[in-house]
Amino acid sequence: MINIKNLTKKYDDFTAVDDISLTVKKGEIFGLLGPNGAGKTSTINMMIGLFFPTAGEITINGIDVIRQTKKAQTVIGIVADESNLYNEMSGFDNLCFCGALYGMNKKQRELKAKQLLKQFNLHNTGNKPFKAYSKGMKRKLTIAAALIHCPEVLFLDEPTTGIDVESSRQIRELILELKNQGTTIFITTHYIEEVQRLCDRIAFMVNGKIVACGTVLELMNSISYNHSVHLTVDKNPQNFILEFEKRFEGSSAIAKDEKSLVITSKEKIPLLEILNFFQEKEIEVYQARQLHPTLEDVFVKLTAVESAILKKEKEKGDQQ
Amino acid sequence: MKNLIAFFNILKKDINNYYLKPPNISWGIIFPLSWTLMQLLRCPDSNILELLPGLISTSVLFGTTSMLAVTITFERSGRSFERLLLAPISLNTLMLAKITGTILFGIFNAFVPVIFAGFFIDLSGVNWLMVFAVVFLIAVTSSLMGLLVAVSVEQVFEAQTLSNFFRFPMLFLCGLFIPVSNLPLFLRIVSYCIPLTYGADLLKGAINNNNILSEKLSFSMLIIFSIALFIISRYNIEKNKSK
Ligand SMILES: Nc1ncnc2c1ncn2[C@@H]1O[C@H](COP(=O)(O)OP(=O)(O)OP(=O)(O)O)[C@@H](O)[C@H]1O
Ligand SMILES: [Mg+2]
Repeated sequence: MINIKNLTKKYDDFTAVDDISLTVKKGEIFGLLGPNGAGKTSTINMMIGLFFPTAGEITINGIDVIRQTKKAQTVIGIVADESNLYNEMSGFDNLCFCGALYGMNKKQRELKAKQLLKQFNLHNTGNKPFKAYSKGMKRKLTIAAALIHCPEVLFLDEPTTGIDVESSRQIRELILELKNQGTTIFITTHYIEEVQRLCDRIAFMVNGKIVACGTVLELMNSISYNHSVHLTVDKNPQNFILEFEKRFEGSSAIAKDEKSLVITSKEKIPLLEILNFFQEKEIEVYQARQLHPTLEDVFVKLTAVESAILKKEKEKGDQQ
Repeated sequence: MKNLIAFFNILKKDINNYYLKPPNISWGIIFPLSWTLMQLLRCPDSNILELLPGLISTSVLFGTTSMLAVTITFERSGRSFERLLLAPISLNTLMLAKITGTILFGIFNAFVPVIFAGFFIDLSGVNWLMVFAVVFLIAVTSSLMGLLVAVSVEQVFEAQTLSNFFRFPMLFLCGLFIPVSNLPLFLRIVSYCIPLTYGADLLKGAINNNNILSEKLSFSMLIIFSIALFIISRYNIEKNKSK
């Protein structure tokens, strides 16, 4: 559906997007995850034909975005990183106006606008001017405006940044609903949980480069990690740690407190064998939980960017 | 057809959102009116008919350039202008839609002093068809100058400053207040590079029958300026894409 080849964007001497290539398949949600200044917006702006790339190729649905920009724009919907509708106009008028920009006639656009207001749960405020909307409502209307002409591909630049938890949840649900209706979705964000919850495939972007790309599972498997099990028991772990390590070579057991321990090993130890060991020692196991690396761990390992950087921005975004 | 729908809706939106807003209507009436009164008070025994070409030109020039500074620069800083650039309509359609509102506003401005003058003097000797055609062309060229300024800067105040940088010298060099023939050679050359010089001269001819340049030449120059300004503005918008 979307094909990007060797895409580069330079602002004077500064390279904001550095020779990236990726493909987005039809009907999937593709997430571009990266910290501030990674080059996400620059990438999207080239994909939608707002800026010319310094080098590289972009096709959407087989249409060359650089040479046939206007043709490509008929099949895409765009949600910019700011809610940029017209302040003086009502929600309904804003949607109708956006429909008119895509050449829809009055009847078509009014019908679709009503339908979208309802779908986005904004039908009670459709007559209020945009400037009177709350931040979350503005964001939702901006997304609705991008859908007025039923695009095949939807671009969303940070759809939930600076929005409260409830509105973000609603927006994510709407995005999933669109995917189910067959829309291909390209989304940028710096929320790890967001890509994990929404996206079929993810690319990590740092300093203008794509560091890794794949499904959550593929990304998890791309790093080597230790297998860990967290156990809660009825005796002090200090008493049997050494014996455990002797029995399972290459493993290490660390007591967390008087009733719990974490067992780590390079090779996976079947849970049953661990439980058998404790049974022999007449130690009761209350709980055994396998610890998986999170996408956050994968991100940190692959990009060498501390996840705290993403989180810090998140808070900043929330305060805005 | 699709371009036409977009064209009319952009025009309609601009008229409703900007031109019909009370502050802008009042600016469109008060500015030409006070300019007219100022001229009358300055020289009470002057012939209103002699003043009319200057008043019309000034009103159009200021009305159009100030409005475009608002409708485009304002939308650019609020980033709603991006929507128009990202819509599947040709850049020509977009530019025409944006300046049509301003041109209409400029024409409205132009007739404020005319109506005002109509209360005091007999205007029956005026070639109205000619006045209308010239006002239209002045409105087109000044709208396009406003467009050029608006797409070249980022903020509304920058647009106002930059347009004043052009507007005031133009006003004094276009032959309305100081005859072009009285200007030193260098300024005379500059004067002939200003579209308003030709527009003002045509207005003088249409109202007072005292034009200096041939009408054919002036009309051709105004049309050439319009086309050139359109192309340069278009080029500037395209250039912004490569920044
Ligand atoms: N018009 C511009 N001129 C010069 N530099 C720019 C321009 N736009 C972006 N940059 C720079 O390019 C880099 C990438 O910016 P971009 O906005 O694409 O990042 P981003 O990943 O979208 O960040 P954010 O999460 O803050 O939105 C940044 O360092 C930014 O300062
Ligand atoms: Mg961004």
